[in-house]
Amino acid sequence: MPGKLSAWPARVDVLQSLSGLLLVLFVWAHMFFESSILLGEDAMYRVTKMFEGEPLFGKPYPLLVSAVGIAVLTLVVVHAVLALRKFPGSSRQYGQLRQHMGALRHPDTTLWYVQCVTGFLLFFLVSVHLYTVITQPGNIGPYASADRIWSERFWIVYALLLVTVHLHAAIGVYRLAMKWYPPTGANPRAHRRRRKRAMWCILAFFLTLGCASLLTYMYLGYQHADRAGERYQPGTTVLATEED
Amino acid sequence: MNTIPVSEAPRSLLIRILRHNPCDPDSAPHFESFELEEAEAMTLFIALNEIRQTLDPSLQFDFVCRAGICGSCGMIINGRPGLACRTLTRDLPQCITLAPLPGFELIGDLSVNTGKWMRGMAERLETWVHAQHLERVDIDQLEQRMEPELAEKLYELERCIECGCCIAACGTAQMHEDFVGAVGLNQVTRFHLDPRDERSDAEFYQLVGDETGVFGCMTLLGCEDYCPKDLPLATQIAFLRRRMVATAR
Repeated sequence: MPGKLSAWPARVDVLQSLSGLLLVLFVWAHMFFESSILLGEDAMYRVTKMFEGEPLFGKPYPLLVSAVGIAVLTLVVVHAVLALRKFPGSSRQYGQLRQHMGALRHPDTTLWYVQCVTGFLLFFLVSVHLYTVITQPGNIGPYASADRIWSERFWIVYALLLVTVHLHAAIGVYRLAMKWYPPTGANPRAHRRRRKRAMWCILAFFLTLGCASLLTYMYLGYQHADRAGERYQPGTTVLATEED
Repeated sequence: MNTIPVSEAPRSLLIRILRHNPCDPDSAPHFESFELEEAEAMTLFIALNEIRQTLDPSLQFDFVCRAGICGSCGMIINGRPGLACRTLTRDLPQCITLAPLPGFELIGDLSVNTGKWMRGMAERLETWVHAQHLERVDIDQLEQRMEPELAEKLYELERCIECGCCIAACGTAQMHEDFVGAVGLNQVTRFHLDPRDERSDAEFYQLVGDETGVFGCMTLLGCEDYCPKDLPLATQIAFLRRRMVATAR
């Protein structure tokens, strides 16, 4: 393109939005697979084996999970680096932003600040989670995950991750919609209120789903604590054993 | 028996004004409070005039039209930008804090030089019709006709009064002084829409295709929410963003 301004600012803007959208879709899909534990250990076991490629290759290949983990990490890094350019770059800018937000008390400006804070926290929380997934892809299963969450105290990381990632995802999707296709027509304000309501409903849904599955993993890990390290065998259940 | 409605006792307003005269080396920014009896249908513009007439003639603030058309009386009203002439005191609490619009050169007290900022923005974004052979246009002849729908669309964007409220409400503009803001981006879409302007999308990209232009906007939406003229600023910025992305491909 002729002229002094290059096409990169446009490309980078699209890439930031696109990487964010892909990550949100991944996180939401991930929630459904992860919460398969609510349907029982066997359901979750089948989901893990599916992602290890067993139905396709006849035997599980945990490295496939590592590969997906690396791809997601790459996307996170790209998204984070691009988003960083929007963060306040100096203490002066940060002070101006805080003063502006405090005086204006404007909900959408505050939502963006929530994105900054949750995005910053996600640098650390996502890194811990993905490091575990990439380096121990075979240790994902009803007992392996439950033991990690309960006996290895990973529930603290996951509880923090759950809240921050879903806040970031739901707000991000609303902001994406407002950025590229804001409401038009006769009553755009009412339309925007509906979008925002949808954002809070989506957030509430995924937080409820995430809390329910995390608590289930914690309970399972607690029941399985004395046999931590033992892997799940299809058709058995630690909960049923306790009840028997 | 009919009863004659008795109006409630008028409120006593406490108006705190951030005062400073940058031309006076001894002046330091400080708040000064003025007490005033509220009148029926009183606007902030009326209140400020009363303060200047009866309490302090040195108070500086701007106004021209008193009807929300000139955009001179933009200020921060209890933390939020708005026009003094369009703000009724009855919609505000008893204590009202006023400050000049941030992001503009301070002339004194509530008066800021939005004109200088807008001039700079207009020159930078070249917000005027660009066409070949303009010097040959015969101004005694009727202009070329335009479809009423298009004229209405142009008029809608022309309603911007350059009051500066969108700049004061924009977190990006507050952090980045070189950001052209919603007022600038709205004007670019206005000339983009105008069939008399012969500039191509690639030429418009050279004006707004970076972080100081449309790609600097973080969709905080303060511009749209505090625009006193209710302009569809988010829609205009999104349109320009999509168009500039398509141009950059």
